[in-house]
Amino acid sequence: MTKWLEEHMPKLVLAPSFIVVLIFVYGFIAWTAWVSLTRSRLLPRYEIDGFIQYDRLFASPRWDTAFTNLFVFGFLFIVIAMILGLILAILLDQNIRTEGAIRTIYLYPMALSMIVTGTAWKWILNPGLGLEATVRGWGFENFTFNWLVDPNMAIYTVVIAAIWQSSGFVMALFLAGLRSVDQEIIKAAQVDGIPTWRVYTAIIIPAMAPIFLSAFIVLSHLAIKSFDLVIALTGGGPGYATDLPATYMYTMAFSRGDIGQAASSAMIMMMVVFTIVVPYLYSELRTKDD
Amino acid sequence: MTDMSYTASQSGSRAGKIALRWTLYLMLGLFALFYLMPLFVMVTTSFKSLDEIRTGDLISLPREVTFEAWRTAWSQACTGIQCEGVRPYFWNSVLIAIPAVLISTLIGALNGYVVAQWRFKGANLFFALMLFGCFIPFQVVLLPMARTLGLMGMAGTIPGLIFVHVIYGLGFTTLFFRNYYVSIPSELTKAAKVDGAGFFRIFWSIFLPLSLPIIVVTVIWQFTQIWNDFLFGVSFSQAGTQPVTVALNNIVNSTTGVKAYNVDMAAAIIAALPTLFVYVVAGKYFVRGLTAGSVKG
Repeated sequence: MTKWLEEHMPKLVLAPSFIVVLIFVYGFIAWTAWVSLTRSRLLPRYEIDGFIQYDRLFASPRWDTAFTNLFVFGFLFIVIAMILGLILAILLDQNIRTEGAIRTIYLYPMALSMIVTGTAWKWILNPGLGLEATVRGWGFENFTFNWLVDPNMAIYTVVIAAIWQSSGFVMALFLAGLRSVDQEIIKAAQVDGIPTWRVYTAIIIPAMAPIFLSAFIVLSHLAIKSFDLVIALTGGGPGYATDLPATYMYTMAFSRGDIGQAASSAMIMMMVVFTIVVPYLYSELRTKDD
Repeated sequence: MTDMSYTASQSGSRAGKIALRWTLYLMLGLFALFYLMPLFVMVTTSFKSLDEIRTGDLISLPREVTFEAWRTAWSQACTGIQCEGVRPYFWNSVLIAIPAVLISTLIGALNGYVVAQWRFKGANLFFALMLFGCFIPFQVVLLPMARTLGLMGMAGTIPGLIFVHVIYGLGFTTLFFRNYYVSIPSELTKAAKVDGAGFFRIFWSIFLPLSLPIIVVTVIWQFTQIWNDFLFGVSFSQAGTQPVTVALNNIVNSTTGVKAYNVDMAAAIIAALPTLFVYVVAGKYFVRGLTAGSVKG
C-alpha cells in the first residue's frame, strides 16, 4: 500500500489542481459558452437557441461602442506604451549613474491598483479643480482640457492613465532585452564608425524581436482585461462613451440581470484573447519540447 | 551597453559630448516628473483642507498641513450607507490576501515540483492547461463562479474570495515554480530516490531549501495581484466583506455630501501603501515576477 502510494504520489499531488482547473477554468468556460447560446435573462436557461444573444450583442449600440473602444484604446495603449518604453529603455541604457533610482520611479505605478490609478487621474483631469483650473490659474484663461467629460474624448483619458501605469513595465522588459544583445557585435559596429542610431535600428532592435512580441502579448492582455481603470476613472461614462467589453459584461451580469448578454460578451472577449494568445503559447510550448 | 557618448567623442567634440549628456539627463528628468506627478498630487491634496483645494491649484504645496482627511478616510468616510472609512475594508483585504497568497504559493510549489521533476505521461498536458488558464479573461468564469459560490454557501464571504483567488492564482504560481525547478538537474532527484528518499522528503529537504528566491517572487506577485484585485472583489463580496479597492471606489463615487477630494486621495494612498511598500523594499523581486509572468521560461 505504501509502495503504491509512493509510486503514485506525484499524480496524487497534481490531481486536485487538475480537477480544479478542469472544473473552474474549462468547465466554467463551457458553461458560459452554453449559456451564451440560450435565451437566458435574469436566470440561466439551458435550451440551446442558436446565436440569438450574439445577434442582440452586435445589434446593440452600446456593445458597438464598447467593442470599438477596445480597439481604439488597445491600439493607442499598446503602440504608445511600446514606443515610450523603448525610448525610456534606450535613454537609460547610456551609462546613467542614477539608473537604479530612475528605474524605480518609472516602474512604481505598476505596483498600484488600477483603482488607485483611476482615482488619481480622475482628480487630476477633472475640469473644475484639476489640471484645467491650475493652468488657467497660471494666466492661460482660455485653456481647456475637459476630455474626462467629453464623450468623444473620454476614452483617451483612459489611454493616458493606462500608459502612465504600464509604460515603465515595458521599459523594464526592453532594458533587459537591450542588455541581452551580444555586446561584441555592437562594439565591432562602433569601431567601424557606424553611427549609434544605425546600431540601434539595424542591429539591436531587430535582435529584440521576441521581446517586442512578449510586450505586445502582455499589453494586449492588459487592454482586454481593463475593467478597474475604466470603472474608477470614468465609470464607463459620460453615458456609455468609455465602455469596454469588460465593463459591458459586468453591467449586463450584475446590474441589468441579462445573463445571456453577459455570457455572449464574455465569449467574444475570450475569442479576442484566443486569437492573440493561442498562437503565441503554442509556439512557445513547441520550442520548449524540441 | 551602447554608449552614445562613444560616437560623440569619436567626432572629437567635447562640447558636443557634454551637451548630449545634459540633454539625456534633462529628458530622463522630465519623464521622471511625468511618473511622479500623480503621486505628488495625491500626497499634497491629501494634506490640504477642502477650502484650500477649492482655491489653490493642483501642484502647489499645502499652505497648512492637516491630517483631517487621513483621519476621515481611515475611519469615517462613507462607502454608500456605512461611514466607517476604509479601515474595516483594509483588514478585509489583509484577511483575504494572506491565506490566499500562502495557499496558492504552497500548491504552486508542489505542482511545479511534480511537473518539472517527476515527469509522467500527461504532466505536460497538465502544465499547458494550467498555463492557458493564466490568460483567460476572468469575465468568462464570472457568472458560473457566482452561482457556484452560492451553491457552496460562500457567496459574499471572505473564505469565498480566498477560494477564488487561490484557484485563479494557481496557474501563475505553478508556472513560476515549474520554470525555477526545471533548471535543477533531475539527477539530484534520481540520486535521492536511489538513497531511499520519498516524494515529500526530496521536496522538503532538497527543493524547498533551494527555493527562497522563487518563493519571494511568487509571494510578491500573488500579494500584488490579490491586494490590487477589483473584479473578483466587486463581483463576489457584499456589504461588509468588500476588499479595500472596492471600498475606495465606493468612497470616491459615493454621491452623498460634498465631494471631498482630499479624503479620496488619502483613501487611495492608504489602499496603495501595502503594495508600494513591497515594491520599495523588494523591487528587484517584484520586477522579476513581472517579467517572469510575462516572458515565460
